[in-house]
Amino acid sequence: MDFNLGESQKMLSKAAQDFLTSQCPKSLVREMEEDEKGYSPELWSKMSEMGWMGLVIPEEYGGIGQSCLDLAVLLEEMGRACLPGPFFSTVVLGAFTILEAGSEQHKKELLPQVAEGKLFLTLALAEPTAQYTADSIKTEANPGHDGWLVSGTKLFVTDAHIAKYIICTARADEGISLFLVDSQSPGVSCTLLKTLAGDKQCEVVFDKVKVSSQDLLGEIGRGWSYIKNVMPKILVAKCAEMLGGAEQVLEMTLSYAKERVQFGRPIGSFQAIQHHCANMAISLEGLRYITYQAAWRLSEGLPCIKEASVAKAYASDAYQQIVWLAHAIHASIGFTMDHDLPLYYRRAKAAELAFGDAYFHQEVVAQETDL
Amino acid sequence: MDFSFTEEQEKFRKEVRDFLEEELRKGVFRKSVDAWILEESPEFGRHVAERGWIGMTWPREYGGQGRGYLDRLIFFEEIMSYGAPMDFLTGDRQIGPALIAYGSEEQKRYFLPKIINMEVRFCIGMSEPEAGSDLASVQTKAVEEADSFVINGQKVWTSRAHLADYIYLLAKTNFDPSVPKHRGLSDLIVDLKTPGITMNRVVDMTGGRRWNEVFFDNVRVPKSALVGQKDRGFIQHMSILDYERAGIERLMANYLLLTGITEYIKQTERNGAPLSKQEWVRHLLSDLFIKFEVGKLLIYRVAWLLDQKDIVATEKTALSKATCIAKAYGTKFEQELDRAAARISGPYSQLMKGSIWAPLDGVVSMAYLYSPAHTIQAGTHEILLNVIATRGLGLPTS
Repeated sequence: MDFNLGESQKMLSKAAQDFLTSQCPKSLVREMEEDEKGYSPELWSKMSEMGWMGLVIPEEYGGIGQSCLDLAVLLEEMGRACLPGPFFSTVVLGAFTILEAGSEQHKKELLPQVAEGKLFLTLALAEPTAQYTADSIKTEANPGHDGWLVSGTKLFVTDAHIAKYIICTARADEGISLFLVDSQSPGVSCTLLKTLAGDKQCEVVFDKVKVSSQDLLGEIGRGWSYIKNVMPKILVAKCAEMLGGAEQVLEMTLSYAKERVQFGRPIGSFQAIQHHCANMAISLEGLRYITYQAAWRLSEGLPCIKEASVAKAYASDAYQQIVWLAHAIHASIGFTMDHDLPLYYRRAKAAELAFGDAYFHQEVVAQETDL
Repeated sequence: MDFSFTEEQEKFRKEVRDFLEEELRKGVFRKSVDAWILEESPEFGRHVAERGWIGMTWPREYGGQGRGYLDRLIFFEEIMSYGAPMDFLTGDRQIGPALIAYGSEEQKRYFLPKIINMEVRFCIGMSEPEAGSDLASVQTKAVEEADSFVINGQKVWTSRAHLADYIYLLAKTNFDPSVPKHRGLSDLIVDLKTPGITMNRVVDMTGGRRWNEVFFDNVRVPKSALVGQKDRGFIQHMSILDYERAGIERLMANYLLLTGITEYIKQTERNGAPLSKQEWVRHLLSDLFIKFEVGKLLIYRVAWLLDQKDIVATEKTALSKATCIAKAYGTKFEQELDRAAARISGPYSQLMKGSIWAPLDGVVSMAYLYSPAHTIQAGTHEILLNVIATRGLGLPTS
């Protein structure tokens, strides 16, 4: 047993934190909420130079071949910084899915471009039923042309409006399948949703979009099994982001509690405030280790379906609790638009909802424990 | 990061499990929720002692096995999974570590092997009617007279004093009014057969009879009863609190309730379907499973910290933060489990053991009655939050 990060992970963490502290100020974060594309090409290019896009892409495809644990360390810092942009979509949703389901040709063609920061990808999963279950997939892939015609509506697709390729889960005769759809194809229309976190989630409508057998990722009808295999990575990555954000929230809250003086003393000396902070710390510790355990399991190639859902369920509620208590402590100043806390509060909601909230993942855990 | 156990640790776990299966089979103990605090079985304790599993982390020179705290955790995790009794807990968990840290060579050589062999049993004399959370305000006096201490006073909530041979006592030894309270206390080991000691059993809300009031009326003990330094007792006591707060019994005290209620919902139908297929039940149980997994990690981390060289000396604050977090989390979990079991059992949750219609042998009603105690014993929840906030997070005291 070892609850410490390894030396190289600590170095990655520090390098990422230092980089993002200087290169991703909150002014940029706010600017990108208003910006249509939602990312800074300069920052993206610098991140690319750090090798981050290729962190978990195998060396044979142009990456560095590091583990899910290393990725978790990096995403933690990105979450702490509220990093805007298509890193999560491209690397976690896109690259992992291609690694799972894509042919050798797909991997050779696309992954090096991802590693070089030259390609944006995303995954279109949820539909208007707003569930993340196989049954809820109604988008169709009907035989036609010399392949299929994909029709349906997807929601909450992050960065679809800037992605070159959208991986779409659609139901063919043989069952759910994964299609690599060129976002410029006729019939694809992306509309940005207006979200409270200011993140770039889209409605994507597929209207008889032509896809060929070359665009099929993996085998026809086996799409859901690929998604099931990738989902733990997606969930754990999201939890890692949430962990970083939650850490920053506690840190800013402690600073505030020590500085803010009322009734002649720092408010952090009052028990009510102390208990709120302690409760935040307890939830944060839980969040940290349940996330890292799942990330470690993924790195070791151990089964992780239950553990990833355990982490996402816990993180979803814990991060909510942490931002709520932070708001209680900050009172009115934390409620102003200019303050940093709202950036995290809003992102905590988006993260909670992404790929299933606590309620959804409790059912997954129930099934995984034979209830 | 590594969340696996070593091959040796897995083998040890299997060894413990096989032992427990055998003891169960032989009828040496019966599985029971809260056995760890309410049940007594000297025979089982002796069998555990024969395996050398009491004091397993203590140095070999005193009869211990020099094992790590993770091994000890594995042992107790299995014991709690089986709802086995733990008479030996106090000696193993608190007295041993206290003597190893502060005891004289004689005290170590005399007591440690006897604790390991279940030859002596200890209780702990800390709380008093006027000193609970405010432990430094203890009034029991130990006055020096020639080559003795003369003790007068009273202790309360003393678990299993009626079964113990010795009491590990916190008493006032400095009466200079300019000396702060917490610098005027000492630890003493007192033989409970010494004249002048009387006891009264105190029955708790569950009907349990483990608590005692212990009265000291001019009890004369030799100077050698002192443990560690005179007037340093409070700090010594505080330092072993981490051991008392750190264990898996702070998460798994009612583990058999979790396994029991999980079986119950699969076997019990309501409105034409098993309870386990009803949405609210699935979410309630699943949430508990999730929280249990988190709690285990927090406690494993404490055991791992205790195994890090010099952590007790060098990073005491980090250790205290971790133990307080683990206990705060674990005991809240236990209470949530108690509540969930009651919700699921509905009106049956009020039926006591022995009543017709009582589900799970009356465990749910007992869990309800015991529930407030989880967040009171070994440091109230509110005190733990204070410690986390001030020592752990650096928030200012008033």
